[in-house]
Amino acid sequence: MSDFPWLTVMLLVPLAGAALVPVVGAALARQVGLVFSLVTLGVGVAVAAQYHASDGMQFTETYDWISAFGVHYALGVDGLGLLMVLLTAVLVPIVIAASWKDADEGEAGYGALDGNGQGGSAGFIAWTLALEALSLAVFLATDVFLFYIVFEATLIPAYFLIGGFGRAGRSAAAVKFLLFQLAGGLVLLGGVIGLYVVSAQQGAPSYLLSDLMSLDIGTTAGRVLFVTFFVAFAIKAPLFPVHTWLADTTEKATPGTSVLLVCVLDKIGTFGMLRFCLGIFPEASQWATPVVIALALVSIVYGALLAIGQDDLLRLIGLTSLSHFGFIVLGIFVFSSQGGTGAVLYMVNHGLGTAALFLLAGYAIKRRGTASIAAMGGQEKLTPVLAGLMLVAGLATLGLPGLSTFVSEFLVIISAFQYHWFVGAVAVTGIVLAAIYVLWMYQRTMTGPTPEALADPALPSSRDVSVREIAAVAPLVAALVFLGFYPTPLLDAANPYIGDLMSHVGVTDAPPDVTAPAAGHAEEAH
Amino acid sequence: MEFTKPALEYAEIWPIIVVLAVGALGVVVEAFAVRRLRFPLQVALSLVGLVAALVGTVFVGTNLDEAAGGQARGLLGAAGSVVVDGPTVFLWGVVLVFAILGILLFAERRLENGVSAFAGQAAALPGTDAERDAQSLDHTEVYPLMMFAVSGMMLFPASGDLLTMFVALEVLSLPLYLLCGLARRRRLLSQEAAMKYFLLGAFSSGFFLYGVALVYGFAGTMDFAGIDQAVRSDTGNTALLTIGIGMLAVGLLFKVGAVPFHAWTPDVYQGAPTPVTAFMSAGTKIAAFGAILRLFYVAFGSDRWNWQPMLWVIAILTMLLGVVLAVVQSDVKRMLAYSSVAHTGFLLTGVLGAQSVGDLAAGQVTSTQAVLFYLVTYSFATLGAFAVVSLVRDASGEATGMVRWAGLGRRSPLVAAAFAFFLLSMAGIPLTGGFIGKWAVFTVAVSAGAWPVVAVAIASSVIAVFFYVRQIRVMFFSEPEGPVGEVATVTRPSLLTSGTIVVGVLGTLVLGVVPGPLLTLAGHAGQFIR
Repeated sequence: MSDFPWLTVMLLVPLAGAALVPVVGAALARQVGLVFSLVTLGVGVAVAAQYHASDGMQFTETYDWISAFGVHYALGVDGLGLLMVLLTAVLVPIVIAASWKDADEGEAGYGALDGNGQGGSAGFIAWTLALEALSLAVFLATDVFLFYIVFEATLIPAYFLIGGFGRAGRSAAAVKFLLFQLAGGLVLLGGVIGLYVVSAQQGAPSYLLSDLMSLDIGTTAGRVLFVTFFVAFAIKAPLFPVHTWLADTTEKATPGTSVLLVCVLDKIGTFGMLRFCLGIFPEASQWATPVVIALALVSIVYGALLAIGQDDLLRLIGLTSLSHFGFIVLGIFVFSSQGGTGAVLYMVNHGLGTAALFLLAGYAIKRRGTASIAAMGGQEKLTPVLAGLMLVAGLATLGLPGLSTFVSEFLVIISAFQYHWFVGAVAVTGIVLAAIYVLWMYQRTMTGPTPEALADPALPSSRDVSVREIAAVAPLVAALVFLGFYPTPLLDAANPYIGDLMSHVGVTDAPPDVTAPAAGHAEEAH
Repeated sequence: MEFTKPALEYAEIWPIIVVLAVGALGVVVEAFAVRRLRFPLQVALSLVGLVAALVGTVFVGTNLDEAAGGQARGLLGAAGSVVVDGPTVFLWGVVLVFAILGILLFAERRLENGVSAFAGQAAALPGTDAERDAQSLDHTEVYPLMMFAVSGMMLFPASGDLLTMFVALEVLSLPLYLLCGLARRRRLLSQEAAMKYFLLGAFSSGFFLYGVALVYGFAGTMDFAGIDQAVRSDTGNTALLTIGIGMLAVGLLFKVGAVPFHAWTPDVYQGAPTPVTAFMSAGTKIAAFGAILRLFYVAFGSDRWNWQPMLWVIAILTMLLGVVLAVVQSDVKRMLAYSSVAHTGFLLTGVLGAQSVGDLAAGQVTSTQAVLFYLVTYSFATLGAFAVVSLVRDASGEATGMVRWAGLGRRSPLVAAAFAFFLLSMAGIPLTGGFIGKWAVFTVAVSAGAWPVVAVAIASSVIAVFFYVRQIRVMFFSEPEGPVGEVATVTRPSLLTSGTIVVGVLGTLVLGVVPGPLLTLAGHAGQFIR
């Protein structure tokens, strides 16, 4: 490993892209944006190639920033961070490719999506790249203050992406999103301030994660601070009962924005729970376990039930994520290596699967000019390839064996049963409900008789996916299948990380088997 | 009693003297220079004077002697009535910087087609021929008036005794009352604002003076060191002291617009000429908070348990009422006025962070440091925001109705983005100076055990976000309604205003990204000396 500041470069590339895109103007914005996001992905791959799974925090860069506050510009990447960084770096070029002209006037005017005067594609791509840079910084920051700053700063591009592009009513949705997130952020500010005070009382104030992890925070103070962190991350994730911004946002925003929000930004919530709640407040995290698990179970079941009841396709997909995040939080808070690894894998797989679902739903909505499930129907015969892709993404979402989500869902549910049979039993209903919302959604949108008015092959509804559209989602579908059969790369990154974390919180058990889910299952049977 | 001639430390207090002298010289210019030359002369004179005073302040600041065993630097000047110490010099510097920016806004003449934002002839009745005749005139008395206000602002936090503080209070207030009434457009509104400000201000000065008398009755002395001694030895009549502190607090809290003495803020902010509002919202707060810090920390520092509960209640009320009332405003200037009330509450939170040196860890942020830093960040944001307000106009002058700003982000993206940036800083979003300031004042308050106040402050910040974001939403995501003539547009200003806005943006950004140097400077200011 050289001293080359890989991580800083990884942040600067999309930032430079975000600055350059408005300059080159609408004509070249998409191409420039795609190139910059691919270069970012390249840097991410280079980091992954040099990464040593067993070495903990790597590529560290630490500089004093605001010495009066004990704040550092400190970056580093560990197993969890690496997976999140790669997920982000993979999704951004896909979003840019999939939303190619959605944000331009005219082109996006058909269907239920509309762009407007917010700079069209140039604006959309500039904000997307800015969001990528800030999200990467969130996953790489190893100083709590730096984390907080970029955590809050991500809201600005997110706000403009929601408010500027999407369906009517988006600006109200953007305000709702921002208010929820900023409320969480300000609660977190209280916690961040509390950490400073505790750390100052014990000598030199410092915000470095490594210093804080070894800090002796009193039981009461630790629990109070834990609650502030947890509330902020629960709003972000989102978790019942602070999830209400989610459905409105995904309904009004463009599918591309929703991918960035749900698959990247929301991961910050569960990422923060792992890194900060468990890392800095191990005692308080275990103290809060019963409540958190109860909330996670409610989220799993309630989110799935809400999703079943939706008529808006994008709203439905948004609400499935509530259920999925319930699984992830459950995996984190059962405190076992299996659950932890399952949760980390789930974060990656949910990112891939839900991204594919959102983008494909966006394709379908553009073709039919409506997002109402009741008004769709019969799309299968018109666009068989689109329907097929949709089916694969849907099956991944419901956790079909052989697709990657299954591995993570399986690990989480096993650990839930080990925690308590009742918890496991409730979590399993989430799988059943997932089957209902996915298959019923597919049935109502894709199968059935094709409306006669749409039989004309010249209509947009009869155009099957273009090469660009396929190229955008193909990597996602491929990854879902590949990682379903061969999850080893993910496990290699997640296991050492979860092992370190579990020993930090005082749990020692064997990591889950790395060969294949089937083998893990066989072991359970013995 | 024998009168002894005080020895003045000219070397240390000359920044104040320069500003006063320029003010006096301005009066002479007004009397003797030909009308045509008055404007350039006054502007040049004021700028030169302020820059000279700023240079002098830097010079004084770097040459202060250590005092109080190395924990502070400075000296008691003018027989103890002017204290030139670290915080004083810091505040002087800040007041002067924002006064220079204020002068630039005052001198803007492009927005009104070649005349300034001030009434051509203040004595002419609105709607008369005399007023129409004065349309093309420029009111250049505003520059000496502002110089006097600035000198008051510099003396206010530097006062070493209650009487000097009262004199400074009046010197800073009287010119401001006048300036508020000088708007070229909407003159009745402006005069009403000035009247309101004057009456309430005079009333609060009365309270302050009564407090001075009571505290004198308790301590037998006017100067802060003597009062501190008396408080420590606890010999006098404590009732006099407690009531006296309350009365003094009324006078000071009125100036910063704390609830329940905030009622003047929205009317005055709205009615005053916008350059005056911009300057006043920054300058008055800096000076008055400097005075609050000095009075409460130096004179009444050992009586903390008596005044802290009062400030707890006032801080909480100020934040909550400020943000709640800001939510229901439909005028940009009034919204900013109520937001300034809320910021007073945040600053008071920082004042509550007072702790003895022994309770602080090495390198921990002190409350003086936090409040000083917050004042700078807030001033950049508020001055810049009001400068933007002065640009958004329609046929009848400034268009301050919130709905008129709809779609501004599309018509003038840069101006709207600058305004949004100032609002984000006031809302305390990271990467702006406002965030660091908020962090600092909240931290010192939590550290001193005032966490309930901080909890309220955080709740108020959430509400505050709502109205700041609503304004951003109106600018960027709303379609303009109504006929074309009713839509506000951005008038191209001269370099004076645009330069001020750029300085505001840069200041806010730099303080958000590299706050270290200013924090160090504020920390280096050290403690108040007695």
